[in-house]
Order: sequence, then structure tokens, then C-alpha cells
Amino acid sequence: MNDDHRPDRPPRKSTRKAARRAPAQKTNGTVRPTILPTTEFVVDSPSTNGAARNGHKAPPPPAVLDHPGDVWDDRVARGLAFLRRRLAGDYEVDEFGFDPELTDKVFLPLLRLLYRDWFRTEVYGVENLPANGPALVVGNHSGTVALDALMLATALNDRTPNHRHLRLLGADLVFRMPIVSELARKSGGTVACNPDAERLLRTGELVGVFPEGFKGVGKQYAQRYKLQRFGRGGFVSAALRTGTPIVPAAIVGAEEIYPMLADIKPLARLLGLPYFPVTPTFPWLGPLGMVPLPSKWLIEFSAPIPTAHLQDQADDPLVVFNLADQVRETIQQTLHTLLERRPDPFGR
Amino acid sequence: MRSRPTGSVVVTGVSRFLGAHVAARLAADDRIGRVVGLDPHAPPPEFAHLLDGVEQVRGDAGSASTVIADLEAEAVVHLALITAPDQRHGGRAAMKEQNVIGTMQLLAACQQAPRLRKLVMRSSTAAYGASFRDPAVFTEDTEPREVPRGGFARDILDIEGYVRGFRRRRPDVTATVLRFAPFIGSNADTTLTRYFARPVVPTVLGRDPRLQFLHIEDALEIVHRSVVDDHAGTFNVAGAGVLSLSQAIRRAGRIPVPVLEPGLSAASNLVRNLGRSGYGLDQVDLFVHGRVVDTTRLVEEFDYTPRSTADAFDDFVSGHRGGAVLAREQLAIAERAILDGIRQARATVQEKA
Repeated sequence: MNDDHRPDRPPRKSTRKAARRAPAQKTNGTVRPTILPTTEFVVDSPSTNGAARNGHKAPPPPAVLDHPGDVWDDRVARGLAFLRRRLAGDYEVDEFGFDPELTDKVFLPLLRLLYRDWFRTEVYGVENLPANGPALVVGNHSGTVALDALMLATALNDRTPNHRHLRLLGADLVFRMPIVSELARKSGGTVACNPDAERLLRTGELVGVFPEGFKGVGKQYAQRYKLQRFGRGGFVSAALRTGTPIVPAAIVGAEEIYPMLADIKPLARLLGLPYFPVTPTFPWLGPLGMVPLPSKWLIEFSAPIPTAHLQDQADDPLVVFNLADQVRETIQQTLHTLLERRPDPFGR
Repeated sequence: MRSRPTGSVVVTGVSRFLGAHVAARLAADDRIGRVVGLDPHAPPPEFAHLLDGVEQVRGDAGSASTVIADLEAEAVVHLALITAPDQRHGGRAAMKEQNVIGTMQLLAACQQAPRLRKLVMRSSTAAYGASFRDPAVFTEDTEPREVPRGGFARDILDIEGYVRGFRRRRPDVTATVLRFAPFIGSNADTTLTRYFARPVVPTVLGRDPRLQFLHIEDALEIVHRSVVDDHAGTFNVAGAGVLSLSQAIRRAGRIPVPVLEPGLSAASNLVRNLGRSGYGLDQVDLFVHGRVVDTTRLVEEFDYTPRSTADAFDDFVSGHRGGAVLAREQLAIAERAILDGIRQARATVQEKA
């Protein structure tokens, strides 16, 4: 196992932690992705086409490289170049609205703070993900707010050798909400529907899907780690039609971040939401209740389930349901073994 | 290549940019016999010189049946669609009259024309409607999930419905439906080019739609090829690739002003009521949902790849450099200045220490 990223680190106040991390960065070089107080300074490779088109790239002065202050000069220069590229629109967006530069330089560094320092996530079975080429990653959904999807994407980017991006499929509610929809698209998400899933898989992307949907995220704390129904199995037919392997992912830890004790249905209906959660801290503490509890997270990717041999049976409901059940069973069993490994939900 | 219309071609809407240019191109092509422009209005002076080789007939779609019958037309190119209501010419009512009733009358005339072999229809990617459950990329087979709010998009749905009926009744006529993305280019003048030409550009708060454009020259080329060669079917016509609205605004050096969506809808209504042709619900829908289409079918069938969305937009930007507030060069200069300032400040601090 290569879970070397300090699972024993206790959670600390995030601002002080980030400041303390900075000097450590200088000593151990570029082994792991950086976390720095200001995200725009985390730019490590300026996007090639933007800089080339402009003919202007802030040059790091090579004459003084071994001087101790130059790391900062370089960072400032890169940060400014990043800002200039963003302001001039010199970046690329794919047809789903995915902005890889913004994701790598801004979203993922922020999520990594949660992933590593707040949730102390441990990841197993990364070798089950393909280094290149498509796969459909199917996870269990929980936690009232779908942070598990974001943590899964962060884990995948952090631990795969090529730093791959997980293209998440979200409910249409996500794309109905202003701001949230914008962030979802820019970070590589799209609406959960078969045309989009198949299009992404055909172009060799890793696609993440949570077939439980709101039944999973919105379930109450008493039901934790009990997989809900898997819907119509649309995700299986997308994998079958494109012949891509399915990688089941079991996520432990998300159930405890916002333990949902009750659901105020009339209020949910009034606001047009699938549920209105009551947790030990929300809505009692107001905005403070939105801080997730620092549970300990474990994510395990199971062995891929091949589908290429079933490609012509994508329209056979029996094949689809059987495969969906197989995925569901794998995730449920992995959840049990992971839970045995983590007796205390808030332990180190 | 099979059936080149050597007889006469009728082009509707020659008093407008697209129609005038298409008619001029067809008239210059010696594979085509006669080109007749049908339009109720006289072309404005800037297009008049284009139409030298084009016979012009003043008349609306109601007179199409006599024109098409008299000419024994072999091909009809229907481009006379209005994309946004113009208060000086009757507003939305006149727009619907021309788009929907005009197309109905024209297709009725085409159905009666025994020698007709080809019909080329202008449509729009607005045909896919706008819904939050839409897939990210539309192929020609995607059905609209919700009836769009905008008047033009609704007209397009009606028009495509009539074409489907026409195809059933006249299977011998090669019908080409071209679903165009919004036109752009250094010399195009559309609602969207006017929008991007303003120094300060309103957007919808919390939405960053994905946009695609089509260079107007590519549009002309595709229409031309549809008339000269046989390309039966419905095709998405757009530049490959995507620009997000915020990205496009930045590339044009403009300043975005996010507005709450109900505010924008109300404002667009107000502007319309004040008698200015402006941004309708069509634009609001586009700016909330965005619209991206797959052009694989077009590229395979026409063996022609339109300029990419980014290149088409660059051409527009180079033609409208004057209005830019934050030009690329200014940003580069500012970056340089800040960097030099920081370096100098650090140097002095280090000297003191």
C-alpha cells in the first residue's frame, strides 16, 4: 500500500496549518502537490498555448536561482502570469465546460485541504484505476451534502500517476442552481444522462457516478452505510454500450460529516429541495452548522468489472440489473471491511 | 454531385445580410443558371451592389407560389427568417408572421412545384430548446425536452415541423435543413455581435454558459454547397470547440456585469416595450443554458470543417478592437509593471537587511 500521506496528522486550524506547510515545501521539493496559503501561487506549469499566443511569459531570472528568496520571485511571477491568462481569457474549456487550468490551480488545492487535513483520507486500491483510457467509477453516496463526490475526485487526482480528473455526473438540481451549476461545469461535471456519460467514456475519460442519487445523500444517520436502491441502472447501460470497465468505489466517512437526524419535508417542498436536513449543528448554529464534522475517511477502489464482452447486450434489462447488483454488492461488502478497519468514526 | 440545379434558384430574404451574400455567391457560380431573389423589401444600399447578377422580385411568401411556378424553379433556398423582433417593422407579431406563416406559404408553393428538386432551409441550433436536463452536447437526433421561452426558438420548432411534413409529402425533393449556431465575424451584424461590441456586457449572475459560434463566411460556404451538391438531411452547423461566455467577454476585452436572471428578463421586456430591439428571452435562455452541438455529421457529409468557435470569435475581436476596455496588451504591461515593482521592493528590503 502506498498510503504514505500522513494519516496520523491531527486536524488543526486551517489558516495556521497552511502557513506552516510553506517552509516544509522548500525542503522536500516537488514530491507531492503543493498546498499554499494563496492558491494562485500554486501554479507550476503555465498553460502552454496561452503564454505562447501572447508571446509574453513572466521569465524567472535564472541568474539568481540558488538565492534563497528566488522561490518567491518565481511564485509571484507565475501567479501574475496565471492572473493575466485568466483575465485575458487565454485558457481552454472543453465542450462540457471543463476548465482544467482553473480546476488544477484553484479548486483542487482548496479541496485538498479538506481531503488531507480535515478528513485525513486514506485511499486503497488506486491500481484498480486505469492509467489511461476510460472507466466508470461507481460510488456510494452519503453525507447530506455531496462532499463525497468532490473528495473522490480529489483522491483520484491526488493518487493516480497521471493526476487524472474524475468527470462527475450530477443531478439536474445541481445544474438548476446558479453559481453551483457554474462551478460544477468548470470542475468537469455534467448532467447525469446517458448521452453525456457515453460521450465522456468514448473520449477516454474517467467518469464518476452515484447511482443512489438523492436517496443516498438524503438518508438519515440511522441508515448509515446501508446502500440504497440503484435506480434504473442507466450507468450500467452507458458502460455496456461503450465497453468500459466499471470500478466500484466504497467511501467511508461521508456519513458522519453532517449526520442527518430528521428531514423537514414541508420546508423542503417549499424550497424545491429533495430534503431539508436537521443535523446536531444545523440549522441551530446557523452558518457554523455548515462546517462538516471532521470524520476519518477511507476510500477503496475495488477490482474493475469488465463489460467489453457484454457490449451487444446493453439493451437487455436482465444483464443490466445483474451487473448493477454485482456493483452494489461489491461496494456494500467493501464498506463493511472498511468500517471494521475504522472503529472510531472520528479517530485519527 | 448528382443533381446540380442548372435551372433557376429562388433565394428568399435577399434584403438581409445572409440572403444577399448567398444570392451573390450563387449568381457568381456559372454552374447555376438563374438566381432570383424574393423579398418584400428592397435591399439596403450596402447590399445593392452584391445583387447585380441577381434578378429581384418584390413580394412576400404569399406570392411565392406564382414566382416558383412561373420560373419553374429547381431549387429554393429559404433564408428569410427574423431572429429578433424589430419594433420599427412590426415587432414580434411581424416576426412570427414572416417566420412561421411565411415558411408555411413557401412550403405550400414548393409542394405544388413539379420541377423542384431541392430545398435548403435555414434553421438554428435554438431548435434544441433549453432545459436543465439537456445533455451537454446536442446531436441532430436530440429531441427538445422543454418548449423554449424565446419567440425565435419557438418559431424554429414550428418551421422544422413544417419541413418534416413537406419531406413526407415530397420525398423526391432533396431537403437540407441547416441548424446554424449564432453567426459571428468581423463584418457580421447580429444581436450577439452588437452585444459583444458594447464595452460593458450584462450576463446572468451565477451562470457561465458554453457558447459556440459560426463564422459567417463558413455559413455562406455551407449554404452554397447545399445548393450545388446533394446533402439531404438535417445538419448542425457550428465551429468546433467551445468558449464560455466569461471567456469570450475577456477575450474581447469587455467588462461583464452579472445581473440576477429575473432582473435580466424584466430588463429585456422593458427594453422591448420602450421600442428598442434588444435582447429577448432567446438571449436570456442562451445565457442561462448555453448551447453546444456536435458537428460530426456536417463534417463527414460536406467534407468541410468550419473555422473553430475560438478562431471565428478571434476574427470578430480583431474587427472590434476599438471598443476593448481591457486589451490583452494592457494586461501584459500591467503584469510586467507589478512584477518589476515587487522585485524592486524586495531588492531594497534585502539590501537593508
